[in-house]
Amino acid sequence: MSNFFNKSDLARKDAENIVSNTLKNCDDGELYLEDSKSESIVLDDNKIKSSNYSSDLGFGFRAVSDQVVAYSYSNEISKDSLKSSSENLQSTLKSVKGTYNNEIPKTNKKFYSDINPIEQKSLNSKIEVLNKVNDYLRKKDGSVKQVTANFLGEHKSVEIIRSGGEAITDVRPLIRFNVSVMLEKNGRKETGVYGIGGRQSYDNYLQNDNWKSVCEEAFRIASVNLDSKPAPAGEMKVVLGPGWPAILIHEAIGHGLEGDFNRKKTSAFHNLMGQKVASEGVTIVDDGTIDNRRGSLTIDDEGTPTERTVLIENGILKNFMQDRLNARLMNTRSTGSGRRENYRHVVLPRMRNTMMLSGNQTQDEMIKSVDKGIFAVSFGGGQVDITSGKFVFNCTEAYEIINGKIGSPIKGATLIGDGPSILKEVSMVGNDMMLDPGIGTCGKAGQGVPVGVAQPSILIDKMTVGGTKL
Amino acid sequence: MIKDQDFLKAKAVYCLDVAKKIGASDASVTIGHSISETVNFRNKNLDESNRSDGLAFSIDTYIGKKKSSISSSNLLNENLDILIEKCYETTKITPDDEFNSLPDKNLLADKLKDLNIYDNTHIDNDKKIHYLKELENIASEDKKIINTESSFTEKKTNFILANSDGFCSGYKTSSFTTSCVAVAKDENSMERDYEYSSKRYLDDIKDPQALGKLASDQTIRKLSPKKIGSEKLSVIFDKRIAKGMLSAFASAISSSAIARGTSFLKDKINEQIFSNSINIIDKPDIIKGLGSKNFDSEGVKSETLNLVQEGVLKNYFVDSYNGKKLNLQSNGRSGGSTNLYFENGKQSYDELLKTNSKCIYITETIGHGSNLVTGDYSVGATGFLVEDGEFKYPINEITIAGNFKDMFKNIFLANDLDFEYSTNSPTMMIEGMTVAGK
Repeated sequence: MSNFFNKSDLARKDAENIVSNTLKNCDDGELYLEDSKSESIVLDDNKIKSSNYSSDLGFGFRAVSDQVVAYSYSNEISKDSLKSSSENLQSTLKSVKGTYNNEIPKTNKKFYSDINPIEQKSLNSKIEVLNKVNDYLRKKDGSVKQVTANFLGEHKSVEIIRSGGEAITDVRPLIRFNVSVMLEKNGRKETGVYGIGGRQSYDNYLQNDNWKSVCEEAFRIASVNLDSKPAPAGEMKVVLGPGWPAILIHEAIGHGLEGDFNRKKTSAFHNLMGQKVASEGVTIVDDGTIDNRRGSLTIDDEGTPTERTVLIENGILKNFMQDRLNARLMNTRSTGSGRRENYRHVVLPRMRNTMMLSGNQTQDEMIKSVDKGIFAVSFGGGQVDITSGKFVFNCTEAYEIINGKIGSPIKGATLIGDGPSILKEVSMVGNDMMLDPGIGTCGKAGQGVPVGVAQPSILIDKMTVGGTKL
Repeated sequence: MIKDQDFLKAKAVYCLDVAKKIGASDASVTIGHSISETVNFRNKNLDESNRSDGLAFSIDTYIGKKKSSISSSNLLNENLDILIEKCYETTKITPDDEFNSLPDKNLLADKLKDLNIYDNTHIDNDKKIHYLKELENIASEDKKIINTESSFTEKKTNFILANSDGFCSGYKTSSFTTSCVAVAKDENSMERDYEYSSKRYLDDIKDPQALGKLASDQTIRKLSPKKIGSEKLSVIFDKRIAKGMLSAFASAISSSAIARGTSFLKDKINEQIFSNSINIIDKPDIIKGLGSKNFDSEGVKSETLNLVQEGVLKNYFVDSYNGKKLNLQSNGRSGGSTNLYFENGKQSYDELLKTNSKCIYITETIGHGSNLVTGDYSVGATGFLVEDGEFKYPINEITIAGNFKDMFKNIFLANDLDFEYSTNSPTMMIEGMTVAGK
């Protein structure tokens, strides 16, 4: 754990006093301190293309009065700097008369250990793995024309000091290992990408030459796409595979259930609490408590312990995801969903690991039931318009289904749907729930945070597929 | 106050000295400072104020053909010492790469033009609040508008780029950005739209009433959208979307994508990739331009590039590293385009709308549906159905798809170019795209 005060002219006691004085008549707020180290090592085009290390230290000071947030950050932890931030906050919140709520839930559970993944594996051995990846793929097949592989590692210490001096800390490791391969055959080029990661050391994920299976998966996706035909255009049935395709849930449902959009009534879901928003058998949770997962957090960025929040239970909308501010204004409690990219940003209610739970049907039954449709196995990114509820995501591996059988692979196409109604079109829920491999980053208001998703195979009765073949 | 050049220069020189002293053969360092102040409004009340003040440092150290880099926000000398040492140690064990080097000395920028990209004016938060009040008063006038969120950001930056070949230069920039997002509701739907204005000079931003009115009108006209059937149609891209085609083009002609062989425009120099009415220019020295710069992120002088002339691809965006790989000289585009634009077409906006008896007019796309390796394009879209040049009704939940190789050849442009953004296009029509709906 970093000591934020030992190299500064700012003593902990001074900081506590400034925080307490500034937040005296505010409803909420805190001083958030962060020390993060990160590295990125990239192999590309047969060479170690870059090796970067970054060290970032700073604080964000927040004062909240009613619904107004005043925020100021600096990357200089000093008495002057904190004082000038305090003045800036007070100048925004000229006349405040709130009551600071000192209560914050406690936890003694931890969902990951304090390790520093960057220091735990030498640069040489990381470079060695990347070179092995390159050699392995290029020797595997003559069609391999480009290989990119990279390690991303992060070690972040945070401390939250609340009015009254209460301090809450967390140390968060995070790693990711990615392989991208481009194949060329008969004048066609296609890429395949695969990655793994989470909140453990690199070697936890690379045991038993596991890097080979990452290479194989990237290669397999690219090979499938080399034979792909133009995708169909229009409304049809869609079977989604288990695991990563749950970014559909993340985009279609997850964002619309974040507290801020519902408090502001700008989400298509704001007036649907307690109502049926999905087919029976559909249960969706957002869970920050799964050990070592990319989206897991011991505490959120306001200090609230995370939890498993039931969003939709058997088709009925049960809860929104809340940070402290939106929870207070909506007369409910924080679900431990207050997150920020780093000290430069204000807290927003965000997802952690968003999961649709298993039902009892099989993927086979789903495919057999479809006369004409597509089977989507993997996706790139997605996006949603919270207000209209329309969302999209892009297939990176998909096949046509004809008369109950999986046919040819089809080119990457965008699928588009309507968030509040899509889950009512879910007619089968599989028994094969799977977590994604640990690669997701969610963007909101210019802030990226690591997230996870999970789902079983599902059958959606009607969705628009954005191909080129009419 | 934004840190002055002397402060930044002293830090840069210190870093270069440390790197040289411990044994780096070359080094390049960037020191930057930025201050920004934002005020957010929601439904005519203050919602958030946000002040940020941040220093940034990054260094590349070289030992012969080995290279490594480090960045940090902590500029205390004792921290810099530790990090530069770490960077040097990492460089030692990083493998050689024959293309690693500082840029060619004779390409470095020598004289700086005054591009008028820094306005020293400070607008305090009370004045920002006044602007946003006026804006939201207009934006929320219509009863159909149920939510407005607006913001005003003032940003000032200063930087120094220095390398061990003696280059040492930098300059201040400023930007003032105001925006409004409105939500409208009727019995059938709830819709969101926006308008914004971003300028180098405070006096140039749109007046609050005009901006608020546009945000409100653009949102209300989207209410009660319909979904249309799937068919091949001509698609008209509003200017704010049309510029996205140029951004995709810019990524596809970056020397890194070309050198890696991952662009559908590889080996297309001197080939016809657009129809012969199309010209594309990247001009770094537009006065007050949002993309204007004197040199790129390596210090190489940036000059105007004619990228596409009469439909023929003439240049890539080249940096030093990938230039060496491709046997091309850097053209000062490390970090990408500057002020990138299509030259005006010959038809007016109205004529473009009337070209086909039926077409769709797109005001927003969602999703990341551009594949620059294959050129395949497929995105979600919202907009309007246009018949005989007239807007009939709003449409949504559709996708538009094609392949850039075909789409580029079927682009027709109106003559309504202006310079609102750093990348700009006139209103654009692309014939023969696949629209997927019902």
